[in-house]
Amino acid sequence: MVKKIKSFFEKFYLLVILVILYAPIVLLIIYSFSNSSNFNFDQGFTFEAYKAIFTSDKSPELWKAIGNTFLIATVSSVVATIMGAFASIGIFNLGRRTRRIVENVNQFPIINSEIVMAVSLMIFFVTFAFPEGYLRLIIAHIAFCTPYVVLSVLPKLESMDPNIYEAALDLGANPLKAMTKVMVPIIAPGIFSGFIMAFLMSMDDFIITQINKGAATGINTLSTYIYSDARVQGLEPFWYAIFSIIFIIILATVLGTNVYKVSKGKKKAKEAK
Amino acid sequence: MAKIKFKKLRLTKKVFSIPYILFLLLFVVIPLVLILVNAFLDSDNNLTLENFKVFFTSRANLIVLGNSLLVGIITTAFCLLIGYPVAYICSKMSSGKIIVLLYILPMFVNFLIRTLATKAIFIAMGVELGMGTVLFGMVYNYLPFMILPLHTTLSSIDKSYSEAAQDLGANKATVFLKTTLPLSTSGIISGITMVFIPTISTYAISQLLSNGKIFLFGDSIQLSFEQGLYGVGSIMSLVMLAFVLISNLIMNAFNSNSNAVRRSLW
Repeated sequence: MVKKIKSFFEKFYLLVILVILYAPIVLLIIYSFSNSSNFNFDQGFTFEAYKAIFTSDKSPELWKAIGNTFLIATVSSVVATIMGAFASIGIFNLGRRTRRIVENVNQFPIINSEIVMAVSLMIFFVTFAFPEGYLRLIIAHIAFCTPYVVLSVLPKLESMDPNIYEAALDLGANPLKAMTKVMVPIIAPGIFSGFIMAFLMSMDDFIITQINKGAATGINTLSTYIYSDARVQGLEPFWYAIFSIIFIIILATVLGTNVYKVSKGKKKAKEAK
Repeated sequence: MAKIKFKKLRLTKKVFSIPYILFLLLFVVIPLVLILVNAFLDSDNNLTLENFKVFFTSRANLIVLGNSLLVGIITTAFCLLIGYPVAYICSKMSSGKIIVLLYILPMFVNFLIRTLATKAIFIAMGVELGMGTVLFGMVYNYLPFMILPLHTTLSSIDKSYSEAAQDLGANKATVFLKTTLPLSTSGIISGITMVFIPTISTYAISQLLSNGKIFLFGDSIQLSFEQGLYGVGSIMSLVMLAFVLISNLIMNAFNSNSNAVRRSLW
């Protein structure tokens, strides 16, 4: 009996926190169908807010910002993945002391506070007169994305059986072939998840982009455009629609991949038994 | 000819790290050194200690710093108080891995969007924007960062410890206080760091949730640079860096494989 009450309280607590955590998200999604900025259904159930994504006088700018977000995320995550994957192979083969130093420096963009990283890059770009605009943004994004790629590839290299690579060499593959045909396929899952991570980090970034975009260029990503637009007048109805779409996409993707991973892990454990 | 080239490649696979090492030097190390240099320069690039004097004698700056630390401490405390039970209950459940994911999910949505969503709701409910809403927004934003490392640590604790304690006659409260809690210290420390550091250096959240009334350290760093006060801004960044390094040292001392927690973030 006591146990039942305890487990009820535990579940109740979990539920309360969950409701609070998701209330803003759910409310936003519900009211995205109201075409109002202040949470009323005076206009009834409508898709106006979703239409406004394409028809509002702000939509050209909005779509440009979305385009920029994808452009910067794609370029910087591809560069970060290629550089990070090669770097991991290199770092893995470094001497012990150099390797530790490089790994520590690699860790820095991750542990550092974002605002400090942002202003340090800004000082750097100003001091060496880098041209304002995409170049600065893409370099900055590569700088904070690559460490995540390295962190996801290195463990794969560590867990790889070095004999496999040696065997390929003994069987007559040249080192390049042994690397592309043997090593790369083994570490591919790490490279892939590093790429996804880099892409998401770049898409998600606000602070570093905001500080390095330069006021004069007029370049906006989705997050900096949201900030510049919503800071002053609050959220217009079409933002509700955009946020709802983003919520749904992200929640579905993350939940989907993780449920898949967990259930796959369970299956494996069962098979092992 | 080609063969010789490949042989060389094999001997020196570490050359692959050189482009990235150069990149790190150029875009991570040098920018940080520039902050240090700028802290000692006045607006005409002469060496000076004036910036330190300006920062550490300005009441306004110190109040912002104090406020940020206060907001950071309160937020961290709330996240720990709310998050620990969540992580603990989930770690005991068989499907806890998926349930805890629900609490971490919001982390993947851009913080600006989440903050603006909460702000819109506060305005619609007629709640006055101020310290209360800022604290709510911070806890709301950073709770997942507390739950994640706590859950990782708690679910990796071997159950036989608490069973042994129980067999030896400890009651439930004692079992928790004397075995589970001490064994989860590394998770607590990671959680505290992952909430405290971003909170004190947060930019934009507090401004948005207080209509510009409450200003935190991250905001004043940004503002100094926007106003061209590179010297003072650099000092503020150094202060922030000091917090980052100290908390990381503490974290590493408690948790020799802190990487494991960070990696499992994804």
